[in-house]
Amino acid sequence: MTKSIHQWLLSFMSETATSITEMVLIALVYLAIFAVAGLYLVLLERRVAAWFQLRIGPNRVGFQGLLQTMADALKLVSKELTGTDRADKFLYNLAPYFVIISALMALSVFPFTQELQAFDINIGIFFLIAISSIGVIGILLGGWSSNNKFSLIGAMRSGVQTISYELSVGLSLLTMILLTGSLQLSEIVEVQKNGWLIVQGHIPAIIAFMIYMIAGTAETNRAPFDMVEAESELGAGFHTEYSGMKFAYFFLAEFINMFIISAIATTVFFGAWLSPFGITESIPWLGVFWFLGKTLLLVLLMMWFRWTFPRLRVDQLLTLEWKYLLPINLVNIVLMALIVWLNLTIQL
Amino acid sequence: MEKYIFYILAFSMIAFAIAAVNSRKMMRSVIYLLFVLVGIAGIFFLIDYNFLAAIQLTVYGGGVIVLMIFSVLLVHHIELELTLAKTSKRIIAAIVSAIGIGVFLQIIYTYDFPVVENYKTTSTADIGEKLLSYGDGGFVLPFEVISVLLLAAMIGAIVIAKGKKI
Repeated sequence: MTKSIHQWLLSFMSETATSITEMVLIALVYLAIFAVAGLYLVLLERRVAAWFQLRIGPNRVGFQGLLQTMADALKLVSKELTGTDRADKFLYNLAPYFVIISALMALSVFPFTQELQAFDINIGIFFLIAISSIGVIGILLGGWSSNNKFSLIGAMRSGVQTISYELSVGLSLLTMILLTGSLQLSEIVEVQKNGWLIVQGHIPAIIAFMIYMIAGTAETNRAPFDMVEAESELGAGFHTEYSGMKFAYFFLAEFINMFIISAIATTVFFGAWLSPFGITESIPWLGVFWFLGKTLLLVLLMMWFRWTFPRLRVDQLLTLEWKYLLPINLVNIVLMALIVWLNLTIQL
Repeated sequence: MEKYIFYILAFSMIAFAIAAVNSRKMMRSVIYLLFVLVGIAGIFFLIDYNFLAAIQLTVYGGGVIVLMIFSVLLVHHIELELTLAKTSKRIIAAIVSAIGIGVFLQIIYTYDFPVVENYKTTSTADIGEKLLSYGDGGFVLPFEVISVLLLAAMIGAIVIAKGKKI
């Protein structure tokens, strides 16, 4: 399909113009995916929350409430953009873009199927970690420039939390890189044709997966690690002063980040678009279905965390990271290195 | 097209660098500096040196800048503006920077840059092997020295943070 579009564009445009148009088209497609995924993850969160709390949840607008988030988005777009009087306007307006652009850039490297991957960079995983470290700047800026005490406290907490847990995310992914021997996402998928990495690496892989999910939940600032916007103490944390579309940017980015964390886990631990036991190997386009299915299962797991565990205190949060997760992670890397060295991996 | 992207990046970097030193609000300077560093990462991406670009983003964008923002967060109030330096100091600074630029330009224009014909991007495996090789052109000695230095810095930070009750 991409080839025919390419030919069609080439028929009436020059080489450079074609490549620029193609880039714009790809960007638009990803923007559309971004918006739709964000909106429906919000709906999913609300329905899942209702389900866990034995409520019904939004089910009035459209079939089973499918249009509810559309209505919410329309409301947010039409809302007035308020702000504090003595905020630093330039930084205040800039902050949401940091968060949303870093989320969008991260989305571009995932292999949805064998063909559907916008940007197969040779340092895939590392690029994702680099991008996610930029996103936190948006939160810090938003909190500082609103000129509000609650926002500032929220931003400080967010900074401490994200910087600490980035370490665990990186190290647990590094554990899996020992198995694949490559950072490129398409090659990581290729390796998993002999069994998903969580099977290949058995015990250390499962430990790495657990650490990754805990640290990933903390990275996205979700409950039980949501001290950044702890409703009962800080109002809404770093985005207290934001309204309308700017608030929606933070909100969307949070959900997209949840999707990204799950998508990384899917790619690294559960074989991305590969079907279990190769049952649909002859139909390549079903890869999208498998990829999204696995990712949504992991998203569901993160939502499940949210409604199961009470919120941690700041000191508990830091103790968990620096005294438990980090040492376990380091031992785990050595264990994985031993297993790879002694050829104890399980190859199907 | 690469030429245009390069010029866009280069000019925006220069503009943001000037803005970073001229701004009288500390946080804005930090953000302009971030844009300069991201621009450098963009140039690394442009020459297909992805690994260094990602390093640039993590170390400078995610590390140094976040640390700077933290320190600004702790010491700086939102309405404070930096005071302008004395004229004599500004003149001295201008002379020193002019000398610095002169030295840089001298070195860049006298060095004969060889044009490399291959378009292969450097893989992380190559970098890792070079970093740990102890043969000719290996970097194992500087690598180890830096790791010892980092360890010393970490221990020093812990000692300072702990205070008297060690």
